[in-house]
Amino acid sequence: MKPRLIPFAVAALLMLALTPSFHTRAAAGAGAAPTPHVYAIRDVKVVTLAGSPVEHGTVVIRDGKIAAVGASVDVPADAQIIDGKGLEVCPGLFDAVTDLGLTEVEAVNATVDTTDVGTYNPQLVAMTAVHPASELIPVARANGITHALAAPLGGGGFGGEGEVISGQASAINLAGWTIEEMLIRRSVAMVVNWPTMETRSFDFATFSFRERPFTEVKQEYDKRINELVTLIERARHYSQVMDKGSVANYDRDLKLEALAPVVRGQLPLLVVAEGRREIRSAVDFCDKQKLKMILAGGSESYKVKDLLASKHIPVILGPTQSLLEDEDASYDQAYVTAGQLAAAGLKIAFASFNASRARRLPYQAANCVPYGLPYEDALKAVTLYPAQILGLADQLGTIEQGKMADLIVTDGDPLAIPTQVRYLFINGELTSTDNKHLQLYEEYRKRPHETK
Amino acid sequence: MKRASKWVAALALLAVCALRATAADVTLIKNGTILTITQGTIENGDVLIRDGKIAEVGKSLTAPEGAKVIDAKGQYVMPGIIDCHSHIAVAGSVNEGSVSVSSMANIADVLNPEDIDIYRDLAGGVTAANVLHGSANSIGGQTEVIKLRWGKPAKDLPFEGALPGIKFALGENPKRSGFSIRGTPRRYPATRMGVMDVIREAFSEALDYKKAWDEYNRRKAAGEPNLIPPRRDLKLEPLLEVLEGKRLVHIHCYREDEILQMIRVAEEFNFKVATFQHVLEGYKVADEIAKHGAGGSTFSDWWAYKMEAFDAIPYNAALMTERGVVVSINSDDASEATHLNQEAAKTMKWGGLSHEEALKLVTLNPAIQLHIADRVGSLETGKDADIDIYDKDPLSVYAVAQKVLIDGQVYFDRQQDIGQRASLEKEKKALMEKEKKAAAAAKPQGPKGSARKPAAAETAKPPVAAPKPQEI
Repeated sequence: MKPRLIPFAVAALLMLALTPSFHTRAAAGAGAAPTPHVYAIRDVKVVTLAGSPVEHGTVVIRDGKIAAVGASVDVPADAQIIDGKGLEVCPGLFDAVTDLGLTEVEAVNATVDTTDVGTYNPQLVAMTAVHPASELIPVARANGITHALAAPLGGGGFGGEGEVISGQASAINLAGWTIEEMLIRRSVAMVVNWPTMETRSFDFATFSFRERPFTEVKQEYDKRINELVTLIERARHYSQVMDKGSVANYDRDLKLEALAPVVRGQLPLLVVAEGRREIRSAVDFCDKQKLKMILAGGSESYKVKDLLASKHIPVILGPTQSLLEDEDASYDQAYVTAGQLAAAGLKIAFASFNASRARRLPYQAANCVPYGLPYEDALKAVTLYPAQILGLADQLGTIEQGKMADLIVTDGDPLAIPTQVRYLFINGELTSTDNKHLQLYEEYRKRPHETK
Repeated sequence: MKRASKWVAALALLAVCALRATAADVTLIKNGTILTITQGTIENGDVLIRDGKIAEVGKSLTAPEGAKVIDAKGQYVMPGIIDCHSHIAVAGSVNEGSVSVSSMANIADVLNPEDIDIYRDLAGGVTAANVLHGSANSIGGQTEVIKLRWGKPAKDLPFEGALPGIKFALGENPKRSGFSIRGTPRRYPATRMGVMDVIREAFSEALDYKKAWDEYNRRKAAGEPNLIPPRRDLKLEPLLEVLEGKRLVHIHCYREDEILQMIRVAEEFNFKVATFQHVLEGYKVADEIAKHGAGGSTFSDWWAYKMEAFDAIPYNAALMTERGVVVSINSDDASEATHLNQEAAKTMKWGGLSHEEALKLVTLNPAIQLHIADRVGSLETGKDADIDIYDKDPLSVYAVAQKVLIDGQVYFDRQQDIGQRASLEKEKKALMEKEKKAAAAAKPQGPKGSARKPAAAETAKPPVAAPKPQEI
């Protein structure tokens, strides 16, 4: 058997040839200031996602940005050259909602920073807890994920438990010595775990499901929605005070201050909701309050796609490899939804919603292709569309001059399983695909055969 | 006279049925790419099915008159997927969480043929599954291998002739490190030491129990009168079956140390572990697992969801395979089971298994692990006609199962499923209307407002935001 160790082998070779160009926390020498590098990927199929692909093209990267791209681009004299023969380059994959950096081991509370105490915590910001040394980050990277929306995903919201507003999600690059080096944008969306009218829930205390009367759940639900309305109205008032410059007359309120960009329509709400009723209710709320809404999760979004389309609400789906809770749904509905939403004119993206499963992102998108989502939309739904949905398309999502150089060079279809990521660029730096899993593999392959 | 005519009628009916059965029980799958697993790939090949068994695999086979013909031109034909770790078709909770030795509990008693996940997994190409209890207990309950015969009653689900099994569990779950049950005292065991002890205590008890019966049988055979037999112990009987090789042991485990400890305990009591389940650190002790002769049934790429899964790597299946362990990829989850073909494909990427080795992980290898490889797991003459037909190479992320056969019968047909959707939707609407009317008619008696019964649409289950407990 010939194990496929191409990324590692190539990476090792490159490290020799191009020292010290590798951008990895492990490889770079201590104290070495990161110097900008110039790269040229030559003779590569460029899947720009801004027009048709360029066969045998060149991409030049300088100072973290894409400096030039096209079929006839001069290779600068100072560029480190990467031979892209037989390979293709496309924008790095964007995990549009995840807890990468915020969760290390799900079941070990000491390593989880997604959920805080209280119901309304708009003042919390994901980037303040992202752990740059998380072992999960290089693992995700090895499968082509170059950047992500780290989101405080809160505690669900059943029956009033858990956070309804769990804080601000931050866009991060998946490489860097510090969060400052990783950060793309501090505040990208306000996460709202929409309260549910679900009567059945899993109770970890008894390790079983429990049922509650609908009337009881509905009462709590209405209470939460009223609280939300009040909070938004207070934030609007506070924002007006801020605008008038008279905020000094008030006690500073960090929660309301954090909501000010929301009520001004600058910061979208990332509403995590699954059921049809909950989605409708959230749309109605955002409509009345004139707030920008992004729907996340949305497993029943297909039932309200016309409503979502009429309000231009984008949907971040995921994880699509999971079955729907609704027994009456078609067996393949989780895969069909993306195509249905796209056909209705909705902007969609895929997300892992789970740090340790981030590397499954390309397959989530690919799985929807045979069920009606055009291939190009599937690829864009993990690159360009999340950038557009989250207001980052000026920096990310396509291979165009001036954009941040978050790119992957692969030996085939970036959404297919056997494809290997051969080179990875994050913020313009050639970044290692080495990771904990590859290291353990290497180590234990070498274990001498047991003889006793 | 009357009785006689009844018999004649019954016999005639039987004869008709028998005739029909012979005529209808031949199916020919034509012109597909046949992935036999054991005898390579046959391009433009055929599979002939007779009476639920594979009669022939080859090229240019001819079907007798009246045989059903499935044209698989451009499609891929492979043995049905076998999921070595499943929790579908179980009514109610999968854990009998009150005691740490619950070997008296039996999955066969609670098979639910109406669990929709049977159909969903079937549509993902799964034809057989090893249905187990959860992992709350050091020694869990008795397990059952089933075929996913959707639409058949519970009695028709078990895989006829398959050895029964029993589930053990090591590590964090039986020692309850991740949770406690409110209002109940901490339960022994709470350490990995305790887990091993609980298993050893149980087998010691089982041996004493055996001694009591042996003694009774010896004295009875010697003709001793007025003997009182020992009391039957339903907890210990399955453990005796383990010692007698009549029941397979499937062990939920993660860390290398607990895997080795379990091998020592098994060798102390002289039984063999059939499979280590999950076995996410199996790659660290693959030689020892291979030497013991146990199989490894693992996940493709799940990791980091708990401490003992933090050294899990997607190369696990490949590394164990390299060192001679019979490896399968399992689901542990109804959703994961719908794409086990893709999960198997990941071992080609992470660790470089061949196409055939990858396919074996969800077909022949789990069959070997469950001791049913004489019946299923490859496309060979004489085996059960449990067959998947995909539109593309089943290891492609773009492949979709088109037809799934069990015992030669089509249990899933994608086109038929799609064709029925509109009428099912209509039927559902009509039923809901009827329910609404009935509710409205029953309403006036109650006090205003309070007795309002939510309409069906409200009680229908929308997706739950609460996390499904992973890895049970």
